[in-house]
Amino acid sequence: MINRRDFLKIAGVSIMSGLGSVSALNVIKDNILEASEYLPPSGAITAKRWGMVIDVSKFKTDENFKKVIDACHRIHNVPDLGNPKDEIKWIWTDTFKHTFPGQETEHMPEALEHKPFVLLCNHCENPPCVRVCPTKATFKTKEGITQMDYHRCIGCRFCMAACPFGARSFNWKDPQHFIKEENKEYPTRTKGVVEKCNFCIERLAKGLMPACVEVSNGAIVFGDMNDPNSDVRKILSSHYAIRRKNELGTRPSVYYIIGGNENA
Amino acid sequence: MYNGWKILLGLIIFLAVATFPFYSNIGKATVKPEPKIDTPVINELKEKKCVESKEFMKAEHMQLLNDWRDSAVRDGNRIYVAQDGEKYTISLQNTCMKCHSNKKEFCDKCHNYAGAKPYCWDCHIAPKEAKK
Amino acid sequence: MLEKALSGSKKYWLWMTFLLVLIGIGVISYLYQFRVGLGITGMSRDVSWGFYIGQFTFLVGVAASAVMIVLPYYLHNYKQFGKITILGEFLAIPSVMMCLLFIFVDMGQPMRILNVLLHPTPNSILFWDAMVLNGYLVLNLIVGWTVLGADRKGFPPPKWIKPFIYLSIVWAPSIHIVTAFLYAGLPGRHFWLSAIMAARFLASAFSSGPALLIILALIIRKVTKFDPGKEAIQALGKIVTYFMIANVLFLGFEFFTAFYSNIPGHMHPFQYLYSGLEGHEKLVPMMWISSILAIVALGLLIFPRIRRNETLLAIACVAVFLSLWIDKGFGLIIGGFVPNPFEKVTEYWPTLPETLIVLGVWAIGFLILTALYKIAVTVREETAGVELEH
Repeated sequence: MINRRDFLKIAGVSIMSGLGSVSALNVIKDNILEASEYLPPSGAITAKRWGMVIDVSKFKTDENFKKVIDACHRIHNVPDLGNPKDEIKWIWTDTFKHTFPGQETEHMPEALEHKPFVLLCNHCENPPCVRVCPTKATFKTKEGITQMDYHRCIGCRFCMAACPFGARSFNWKDPQHFIKEENKEYPTRTKGVVEKCNFCIERLAKGLMPACVEVSNGAIVFGDMNDPNSDVRKILSSHYAIRRKNELGTRPSVYYIIGGNENA
Repeated sequence: MYNGWKILLGLIIFLAVATFPFYSNIGKATVKPEPKIDTPVINELKEKKCVESKEFMKAEHMQLLNDWRDSAVRDGNRIYVAQDGEKYTISLQNTCMKCHSNKKEFCDKCHNYAGAKPYCWDCHIAPKEAKK
Repeated sequence: MLEKALSGSKKYWLWMTFLLVLIGIGVISYLYQFRVGLGITGMSRDVSWGFYIGQFTFLVGVAASAVMIVLPYYLHNYKQFGKITILGEFLAIPSVMMCLLFIFVDMGQPMRILNVLLHPTPNSILFWDAMVLNGYLVLNLIVGWTVLGADRKGFPPPKWIKPFIYLSIVWAPSIHIVTAFLYAGLPGRHFWLSAIMAARFLASAFSSGPALLIILALIIRKVTKFDPGKEAIQALGKIVTYFMIANVLFLGFEFFTAFYSNIPGHMHPFQYLYSGLEGHEKLVPMMWISSILAIVALGLLIFPRIRRNETLLAIACVAVFLSLWIDKGFGLIIGGFVPNPFEKVTEYWPTLPETLIVLGVWAIGFLILTALYKIAVTVREETAGVELEH
């Protein structure tokens, strides 16, 4: 006669082995398409580490800034929620004091003090947002872009607490109702995920420069920070440029040339 | 029976809840869904074939889409080479839906029938369709 | 033993019904949030964590009550705690459950919560926090249930439970340390970037947890026939006293570093919280209430003669609990976000639905707590007079 304890033991083992064989079957099934493969896009422009240099002096009118911001926000379906609480932005402007907190001096040129600066995700080499993300929804690509996988984001907002540059926005509401005209070639986001600038990774794959670079009239230069012959490296070797909150050691990939008298 | 009426009442409530899916569907037409592929783009194709065989797509499109997503978003590999050697750009909006521009008659038909609610369309924009 | 939670006096059921009503309201509010999004809360792009994460942080502390009883009892053979180890363990269970619920209601995409396990990421402190919190929950469930079950039958607890008890003692500090590390390792958040953060968490946990336990023990003595013991309550009072002193000192150390160094970024959050910054002073009254309560509590606790009066001890414990509830449940989180990374001030205040959800989660916690305590107390009443060697 089988007693209760033995019955439970046998039942447990049978269930475990049953589950095991189901998962083994799944592994076999995954390999059905042996001949298929995945390749990087042809015609893409690539780099070891993408970076950006913003020449502040070349932004002269409000129109210059608007063009850059609109181009980005239009093609990426960035919604306009119309209030600072729920605001979502990938690229925007702020004054010197707020862009470089702690760097402002008491007697700096007035023109510089009130001048707007372009801000966006720094695509840091050593990004705190990637470090804290519990699901790898934010990660570094092999080309140095701090990329987001919106499918995987659980909306914990740890990355927003970790980012020292305020580059991240959260979808407090369903953004689809707040997009003026949709770009049908690019997705929107859903409520409950974080989003930010992606250095136009989808355009680089097609061989195009980032949208902001394209409409900036040469004020924003984009290139490979690891290639000494790239445009960005040439500019950096001949001009003194600063980065936001350099002291935090995140190693931003976005540089600013503040310039001198030409700004005034 | 001890507490007889309480036990009976409990049993009745349990049966009512447990059989809810069956009686709530009584009398509802359950026609087998026939997803349509008669979009302008597909009609123009010489050989009407998807990226993989019809049988494979029918059974495994969700897994393929998951693999496509991870490959394009995470690895940057945005080209899919199919079994027959044909290359496709990985994109739900710009590849899949360019042919299958009839989401309501194609995707939704089966998904609604099966009660599947994929979250694709929370973010991805479906092609414009004439309202029916 | 669960059946013991299903029979009780009219008062017991009235209390449980009241909690169920609060839970119902909370659930409805949560469904509203689930549909519309976290936009229904007061949180914003600048203050991206608020009431929910604050409550989570505070309750991690309350969960510590268990170890402050289990440790003296099992490691130092302090017999007076024998009768109430179960109260500590059964307080830890609903506390950790509330922690997990508060993280859950704070998530933008709660349906994807299993991504944390599907894509385990050891470099994320949040991953470790999920591990240690769930571990602590399981440990307390196993230990509490087994020991109480043995007591009920009049047997000493089985030998195999000892390693779990010792593990739970070692495990307990980890939930505070790891939770502190969520905040203390972020560059650019001056208020949180402090090595003393974990120490502050431990000190406030080991004062607020036992403080609540004293209050609960006094209530139990009043409404049931089970007496947790005068000596045990007094010993807990000493624990609260020492850790509250440490907690206030640690806060003082933070003030010293910020203001003597005179570094603006380090001073701003303190200025915002305690005196207002650039005309924004929404949290100032709260923070001062917290400070006054802390002083009152210390005044009552430090002198043994006052502390020995159980009414005054109860008042002191309520003051400790409320003071730390404000300090950790509000100030600590909001202070980290004000000013924001652009040195601008955006204020935060919870909305009505947000508050109802918080109340709902607390009600779930108290429902579980009441049921567990009902079981424990009933067992204790049945075995009253029987002394057991653990």
